[in-house]
Amino acid sequence: MSPIILIIVFLVATVVGYFIINNVPSLLHTPLMSGMNALSGITVLGALAVTAVVLKPYSGVLSVIIGAVAIVLAVVNIAAGFGVTARMLKMFKKEDK
Amino acid sequence: MDTVIPSAVFYAISGVLVLGVLIGLSLMSKPKTARAGNALGAACAVAAIIVTMYNYSVLTAPVILASIAMGVIISLFIVFKVKMIQMPQLVALLNGFGGLSSALVAVLSYSQAESRFSSVSSTVALIIGFITFTGSLIAAGKLHKVLPQKPVVIKGHTVIVLLLTAAVIACAACGLPVWVTALLSCLFGIAFAVRVGGADMPITISLLNSLSGVAGGIAGIAVGDIMLVAIGGIVGASGLLLTQIMCKAMNRKLLGILLGSTPAKTAVAENSENEPAEEDPAAREKIALAPEEILKDAKKVIIIPGYGMALAQAQSKVKALADKLEEKGAEVKFAIHPVAGRMPGHMNVLLCEVDVPYDKLHEMETINPEFAECDAVIVVGANDVINPAANTAEGTPIYGMPVLDAAAAKAVIICNFDEKPGYAGVPNPLYKSDNTLLLLGDAKETVSKLIDCI
Repeated sequence: MSPIILIIVFLVATVVGYFIINNVPSLLHTPLMSGMNALSGITVLGALAVTAVVLKPYSGVLSVIIGAVAIVLAVVNIAAGFGVTARMLKMFKKEDK
Repeated sequence: MDTVIPSAVFYAISGVLVLGVLIGLSLMSKPKTARAGNALGAACAVAAIIVTMYNYSVLTAPVILASIAMGVIISLFIVFKVKMIQMPQLVALLNGFGGLSSALVAVLSYSQAESRFSSVSSTVALIIGFITFTGSLIAAGKLHKVLPQKPVVIKGHTVIVLLLTAAVIACAACGLPVWVTALLSCLFGIAFAVRVGGADMPITISLLNSLSGVAGGIAGIAVGDIMLVAIGGIVGASGLLLTQIMCKAMNRKLLGILLGSTPAKTAVAENSENEPAEEDPAAREKIALAPEEILKDAKKVIIIPGYGMALAQAQSKVKALADKLEEKGAEVKFAIHPVAGRMPGHMNVLLCEVDVPYDKLHEMETINPEFAECDAVIVVGANDVINPAANTAEGTPIYGMPVLDAAAAKAVIICNFDEKPGYAGVPNPLYKSDNTLLLLGDAKETVSKLIDCI
């Protein structure tokens, strides 16, 4: 993919990201931070991509180990991140319900 | 590397998933829809993972499946074991994992790099990833109290940080081996995180969170994954915005925090010496306040929780106290300072855990005018956020920080562990005020005492 397009996508995403979370009540700051933290584990996509490349063709045990560790770490980030966020949000409830 | 999905289809799928993530994030910023937003974000992430695996035709590769399974098992363990009070350090730790993962991705993509562009972007991702990793670990360590919470400033800290920055850039530019750049980046992460004080940690975590998004996004540029680029960029920017919101609430400058610059310590010392002299000791003795008398006829009570409540795990006692006060007809509200606890919203999470309805939790701006008309304020383990010195004591670290106006109430009951100044190290004149009752000790016990006396 053309590097220019990637950089443009990155910049556009940054601008959009900057405006999406305006006016968050401080009630939700912790869950939001935790949710965003989970999303940053999306780097798992990169981990999958590079590991796929080192698997086919197989290019050395060290590369595969690095790739596998990257996947494990990113999966923990994303899965535990969303998990604890869900657990936190479950506790927010209104009276009379 | 060949991909299975035709690129037009892949772009379309990416577009839909990124849009899903965006909608998820915006839903998460409203209390009613937050859960749905989180679920949507998670669903998009899972879909993105499956699409990527299919795209690289590794849906059945044993190494990858095993890695994912291992990650999921560790996650389940974390999700069900972690206590709510440990949330700040957990977020920091998970963030470190994400950073390290991005860094490892960058290491591999660097070794595979065919063009100058991809080796440069790999290097950048590698540097940011490793900084995020060590910085987050230090932050988690400080919050978990394995590391000293005070800012650690070594001699010539700024010089060291600048030298490290120069060294990292030089290494990357001269094409020295990756591990040298990695090592220097790790050192940089440590150097920058140790000098941040515990009170500023929430901001640091938020910043690191933003950084790990950026690291992911740039790693995405390096491996040419458009979804990763977009989501990384979104997280990076919204994380930065959240960081700014927090800085504003604490009245701190981001750069000041990163440089570990707490305003002159001498000013603090002077103030603590001056204050006892200024007040009239006789006035203090005169009014002996008993908690039962304050609470007996109280019609309106505002409870201010702080980190001390979290430490003492006193939130269920606080809830019991609120219930008991309501039973006898008092109106009870909770005042939440934006930076009470160790993360913004930390108190909300703890109180909601013990079933305090969230519409009773009020933010500083809305509740501050109400203090003047309330009969009693009960402070549970909060200090800096109610310190009136923030308005008066120029030159102290908290000067200018907006605080809860507890001093305006008719009576203040403070259930704190000791009389020592809070995190910011500024003595609290409210402790010595005439209408203040100090109940020192473990918040769980002191709050129980309050419950018993009603």
